[in-house]
Amino acid sequence: MMKKMDNVATALEDIPAGIDVKLLVEGVSLSVALLEPIPFGHKFAVRPIAEREDILKYGEVIGMANRIIKLGEHVHVHNLDGKRGRGDQVGA
Amino acid sequence: MELNTKFWGYRRKDGAVGVRNHVLILPTIVCATQSAMRITELVQGTVSFVHQHGCAQVGVDYDQTFRTYVGIGCNPNVYGVVVLGLGCETHQGRSVANEIAKRTGKPVELVSIQDHGGTLMTIAKGAQVAARMVQDASMQRREECDISELIVATECGGSDACSGLSANPAVGVVSDMIVDGGGTAILAETSEIIGAEHLLADRAVDDKVAKRVYEVIEAMEQKAIFMGVDIRTGNPTPGNIKGGLSSLEEKSLGAAAKAGSRPLQELINYAENPTKKGLVWMDTPGQDIEQLTGMVAGGAQVVLFTSGRGTPTGSPIAPVIKIATNTRMFENMSDNMDMNAGTIIEGKESVQDVGQRIYDEVLQVATGKMTKAEILKQYDFGINRIGPTF
Repeated sequence: MMKKMDNVATALEDIPAGIDVKLLVEGVSLSVALLEPIPFGHKFAVRPIAEREDILKYGEVIGMANRIIKLGEHVHVHNLDGKRGRGDQVGA
Repeated sequence: MELNTKFWGYRRKDGAVGVRNHVLILPTIVCATQSAMRITELVQGTVSFVHQHGCAQVGVDYDQTFRTYVGIGCNPNVYGVVVLGLGCETHQGRSVANEIAKRTGKPVELVSIQDHGGTLMTIAKGAQVAARMVQDASMQRREECDISELIVATECGGSDACSGLSANPAVGVVSDMIVDGGGTAILAETSEIIGAEHLLADRAVDDKVAKRVYEVIEAMEQKAIFMGVDIRTGNPTPGNIKGGLSSLEEKSLGAAAKAGSRPLQELINYAENPTKKGLVWMDTPGQDIEQLTGMVAGGAQVVLFTSGRGTPTGSPIAPVIKIATNTRMFENMSDNMDMNAGTIIEGKESVQDVGQRIYDEVLQVATGKMTKAEILKQYDFGINRIGPTF
């Protein structure tokens, strides 16, 4: 987790489901029970995220939730939509 | 401890400093690339590359390819150039040869296949000319030079989720050190800054540069929009996605970390030379080889290339120092990777420590230490095309 306003963190090793992950960032400590296994380099939600809510990493927007994402869920292309360069959505 | 800023390089007639002493066989047309490669097999000390450009190109696309040929020939790592043409092509070898000679005063010779009686005579003539040039080149000695005389290109390819946490911020530290030493660092890959442009625009030296940042990003994003596609179908790539990157914005925020924290001095076009020292942005696509070629044509003598998935990338002209973002890949692709920044992920080294290590390596490589890509003769080359072939 890079900034305290982030709603996702990155796994720095393969982490099995069910593990309680402790995070400390900018003085804020969080505990997240993982709902799924998280592969090395992949992200998980450190807060519940509403549908269409911005997803924040580095304190910056990296996309938007395309459905409700639960605390501890894997966050990736299946539930995160990019907001930029979306020629497919023109006129939609 | 005072920072070392010295390395040993080849000072050229025009004052520029080379870190290599190549004789370049420069094919200005696809039809001459095979003969050019044959000459490099015959003559030690020569380099060349294969490409598919140089004919039936028009307008800005013609100009960009011309600028790239000339820029590659002018790169200070090149002692002299044998321009190899066919004869009837749009990109006339003579124009390229004249421009390189005019701008740098370096030895330049022209050999054309149609003028020299076919492939075999051309190879013989080209090899003769190159052999003399290589012997002259071998007489030049390295002398002490300063980091302020270096242009260092930065690039990431095959990114993973560690790129933005380890190798890219470490290259950002190096970028700052080079800028503070009076040198130049180039940031490129415009498509991979989409979503992070506001951070760069905030660091622009003036409103004009900040406005250009938004213009080049808008132009790149519009290309995806005009094509009616989600840019994510091509970038992030399948490998990026497997590595944990979920969107272009996420990749961009990691990529932008390579640019360190110093002010953005100017924004230049593909294959143009920076006119300022400090941090400079070259407007290129994210495709690895096209951006590499653009920056080397812009005069970069050394390239820093970070990778999460691993890549063999190298240049015929400039040493490419490849830095792994994670230890797993560094060990798996030790043939190709020069340095490991995965120690940051493991908590064994700080970003600052790895940045210092890479900076020291830049000076070593500039002085002559060979990179893995050079040892494996990985001579990648690709010009970004911006128009159709007619």
